Amino acid sequence: MKRSESLFAIPDFSLSPRIDQVGAEERASRFTKRSIKKESKLNGLKLVLNMIDLTTLEGKDTEGKVRQLCYKAMHPHDAVPGIPTVAAICVYPSMVKVAKKTLGDSGIKVASVVTAFPSGQAPRDVKIRDTKFAVNEGADEVDMVISRGKFHAGDYNFVFDEIAAIKEACGDARLKVILETGELGTFDKVRRASDIAMQAGADFIKTSTGKIQPAATMPVTLVMLEAIRDFYYKTGRMVGMKPAGGISKSKLALHYLVMVKEVLGEDWLNNHWFRFGASSLANDVLMQIVKEKTGVYQAANYFSVD
Amino acid sequence: MEKTIKKSSLSISANGIEKKTSSKRLEVLKTYKIYIGGQFPRTESGRYYIVRNAAGTQLANVCLSSRKDFRDAVLAARGALSGWSGKAAFNRGQILYRMAEMLEGRKAQFIEELMQQDSTKAKAEKEVNLAIDRLIYYAGWCDKFQQLFSSVNPVATSHFNFSVPEPTGVVSIIAPQADSLLGLVSVIAPVIIGGNTCVVLASELKPLCAVTFAEVINSSDMPGGVINILTGKPGELASWFVDHMDVNATIYCESNSDIQKMMREKSAINVKRIVFYDKVKWNTNEGQSPYFIMDTQEIKTTWHPIENIAGSGAGY
Amino acid sequence: MAKAKSNTLKLNFDTSWSYAPAPENKSAATIKKQYDLFINGDWVKPSGNKYFDTINPANEEKLSEVADANMADVDAAVKAARNAYEKIWKKMPAKERGKYIFRIARMIQEKARELAIIESLDGGKPIRESRDFDVPTAANHFFYYAGWADKLDYAFPNRLSEPLGVAGQIIPWNFPLLMAAWKIAPAIATGNTVVLKPAETTSLTALKLAEIIQESGLPEGVVNIVTGAGATGAAIVNHPDINKIAFTGSTEVGKIIQRAIAGTNKKATLELGGKAANIIFEDAPIDQAVEGVINGIFFNQGHVCCSGSWLYVQESVAKEVIRKLKDRIESLIVGDPLDKNTDIGAINSRQQLETIDKYLNIGKKEGAEMYQSSCSLPGKGFWCRPTLFTNVAQSNRIAQEEIFGPVLAILTFRTDDEVIEKANNSPYGLSAGVWTDKGSKIFNMTRRMRAGVVWANTFNKFDPSSPFGGYKESGFGREGGLHGLLPYLNLIN
Repeated sequence: MKRSESLFAIPDFSLSPRIDQVGAEERASRFTKRSIKKESKLNGLKLVLNMIDLTTLEGKDTEGKVRQLCYKAMHPHDAVPGIPTVAAICVYPSMVKVAKKTLGDSGIKVASVVTAFPSGQAPRDVKIRDTKFAVNEGADEVDMVISRGKFHAGDYNFVFDEIAAIKEACGDARLKVILETGELGTFDKVRRASDIAMQAGADFIKTSTGKIQPAATMPVTLVMLEAIRDFYYKTGRMVGMKPAGGISKSKLALHYLVMVKEVLGEDWLNNHWFRFGASSLANDVLMQIVKEKTGVYQAANYFSVD
Repeated sequence: MEKTIKKSSLSISANGIEKKTSSKRLEVLKTYKIYIGGQFPRTESGRYYIVRNAAGTQLANVCLSSRKDFRDAVLAARGALSGWSGKAAFNRGQILYRMAEMLEGRKAQFIEELMQQDSTKAKAEKEVNLAIDRLIYYAGWCDKFQQLFSSVNPVATSHFNFSVPEPTGVVSIIAPQADSLLGLVSVIAPVIIGGNTCVVLASELKPLCAVTFAEVINSSDMPGGVINILTGKPGELASWFVDHMDVNATIYCESNSDIQKMMREKSAINVKRIVFYDKVKWNTNEGQSPYFIMDTQEIKTTWHPIENIAGSGAGY
Repeated sequence: MAKAKSNTLKLNFDTSWSYAPAPENKSAATIKKQYDLFINGDWVKPSGNKYFDTINPANEEKLSEVADANMADVDAAVKAARNAYEKIWKKMPAKERGKYIFRIARMIQEKARELAIIESLDGGKPIRESRDFDVPTAANHFFYYAGWADKLDYAFPNRLSEPLGVAGQIIPWNFPLLMAAWKIAPAIATGNTVVLKPAETTSLTALKLAEIIQESGLPEGVVNIVTGAGATGAAIVNHPDINKIAFTGSTEVGKIIQRAIAGTNKKATLELGGKAANIIFEDAPIDQAVEGVINGIFFNQGHVCCSGSWLYVQESVAKEVIRKLKDRIESLIVGDPLDKNTDIGAINSRQQLETIDKYLNIGKKEGAEMYQSSCSLPGKGFWCRPTLFTNVAQSNRIAQEEIFGPVLAILTFRTDDEVIEKANNSPYGLSAGVWTDKGSKIFNMTRRMRAGVVWANTFNKFDPSSPFGGYKESGFGREGGLHGLLPYLNLIN
């Protein structure tokens, strides 16, 4: 679906709702006041672990590294029973095949970043081929980046059409659209980009590549969750959320969980609709889970790096 | 015995019928009416009282205003409030300056009226001069007192916060009995320059200048209803001045403790602001200051978020 | 298709993952079995030897008993204050005065946790609020005014100032410690001495403050705290040797005070009732506005004189705003004030709960539509679900009178002029709120609203440096900031 073909069905994105930054930050900080204790903490931590897209996105990634990460994804900490797996492994397209093979029928998804990640500065046909390659290699999910330059230039049609084109290239794979909020500058623009992405067919909207600071923050995630809620109310279509980058501590992850619970509710409190893009979060969550079970504070040396 | 009105050259009776036979021109007497909403009506009650000088000579028949006149005046003042308070402060200053100009032009008339009401020439001149200067003084304050009494408040959260004075609304004033011109000007000016409108009861014993001053007001671009002037007796009207639900503040300039007590009691009806100026010497510098303006001002504090101030938290 | 569906869509906030109880530890606070009066730096038995119970409104259990001061006790307190004023406080170098107040501020910070727990136990407000708002703001208030003590010569252009003497101060039950700070800090910073009476349902933190004051070494008699009900307050108001009455409470009582002090030379500051209009325009940042409305009305169970109890929404966004408000109140947690996750605590007293319930019935009878969150309420204690009334007409009593509870009346409007006229159409003028993304509209609205505090794109914000107080029947005089000094001073030419 091209924006130009359905001009009347698609909103004018320059009219996306305005966001007051201070108000959004205040609201976000309110979630951090929730006190998560005892069984609520343990259940929350397991949920967090199960929502993680365990990620490695480095130039020096090798098949060996990815295989180790996949094993970690399937067996986060076998020393303690009853610990769930993560949701997915997130890698570059060239690593999709090995990840897919290693994970086998574990149920853990393979996500691949595409569209000239992280900058997105490539021609559209290259991006489409990039996407198709990842899908053909077996990616269940595809994480694309939007063209921030075009977005800043006000060319919302371009951004919309590009997302729609990638969505088409995805076939059955679920599309996560990375806004790279750290490059957008204001919450108004985050909201606008969220609206464009959802309208163009995103299955998930995602904050960041993890390559730019700031990455995910609670206020920016709040703004996107509220965009998802408004879109759901307008169209009846659910869209998932993935904050990525900068979430490395369990306590912070639980605050995000509180935010999902209180903004979108039960239907989004699962890894089909909410993900954390993170690499070091998993071990912190594991340490906290073990601490809750044993009552003893844990040390990193007892948890495998990969 | 019938007292006569003493005018500059003629003696005539109160009802204006010429007593002496004279070939000189018959002077046209002035009717002292009240001033409501930019009009000069007679009191709706049809009542009057006789104003005499200290020697007992009758000077004029003056409207004995009723509570209904007061009600009409409050209506006019309320009606004029949004227009007047909405004017630029600079513009209000200009109008006040214009009033001073008009007063200057009619100086002789005021001096004469003051002298009729027992002032000496020197004293009368001084009072009129002071009254003119006081208008100029307050004309100058119009667009300045806000700067003096405003503040930007350094709140700890990520907000811009400022406090500014704003007019209280409709103010009823019982003007000083002595200093019938200067006192009147001194209480009206600080009230109106802050954007309030007012209803004033002139000096009961010396009301002539007040009515003539209304003519000055009326010829000085002052919108009708901003200043309304009644003549009559405080004893009759004081309680109405403070009892009215649509009056936001009352100023009383005498030291009658019964009236003061009554006013403070009645002010509770709508939590009215009550101001007493019973110790002010209007003919000195003590009779003018921006603090008089602040007596009929409210302080409004406004908050608004600021993006990205240091310490605002997550930022983005 | 999607349109028709959207009307039936509903988010489910009854989630499988929920919060376990997270109660604050009561044992971190010490409450004595019985409290006497704090007069002349010492704890004094009430001369009538009468005490009354103070209870926890969340479970109706007795917390302590508090002395009931009669006229003789008030007289003793005023004498102590007068004596301290004449002999010590007005003669003390201003910077030393300031240092005592700084010290009190610091000691409040040191005992913040204990004060917060007692505030929540005694008054029913959620610990999150007493911990994050009431107690720190009270300390900050002392800190702010402490600094003013030796700088008063700079406060009023071309004027010097002198203290008034003895200030009688009567405070309400909605922010017990904070209101005590609002009253005491500026009064003693400007060189006055104080007789303060807390509300009878919430005396404990004021008495705890008395302990702090005693510990701080503040000269005896500078601050006296007498507890009791209306009669004690009347004894203060009518005491001939008091120079200043500062009162926060209902407009009704404020008017009684105004009458009572007629014919005396007592000065007064009255901070009375309010009924704030909170106005949302269609171009507002809606989600932040919704949150502002929530904070505006549900902060402190709606026991706030400046609460935004009157919501005006532009018709074009009314549906959206109401839906979001309904969603939002589903995630408000009502319950144990000491639980760190509680958003709405207990209604302060049985009497107040009855008042609120009366208005809920009036609202329904008047034909407004009532919507309450589906939360469950504890069995014992005084509770009220967060409540919205839609289809409210301006003439409805729930849109006119101060309910002082977690109840929001929602009205709609079409044009700027219409809403400003309606918002100002009230005998009150304490506070107001406006939400719009358009700068010029903000300034137009904030200028035209007849209220002492106007929040634009925010609501219910307070700060020691920011003056607070009302227009019209919401009282006169300001508390906080530079403007909060004047009510405690005479200016000298």
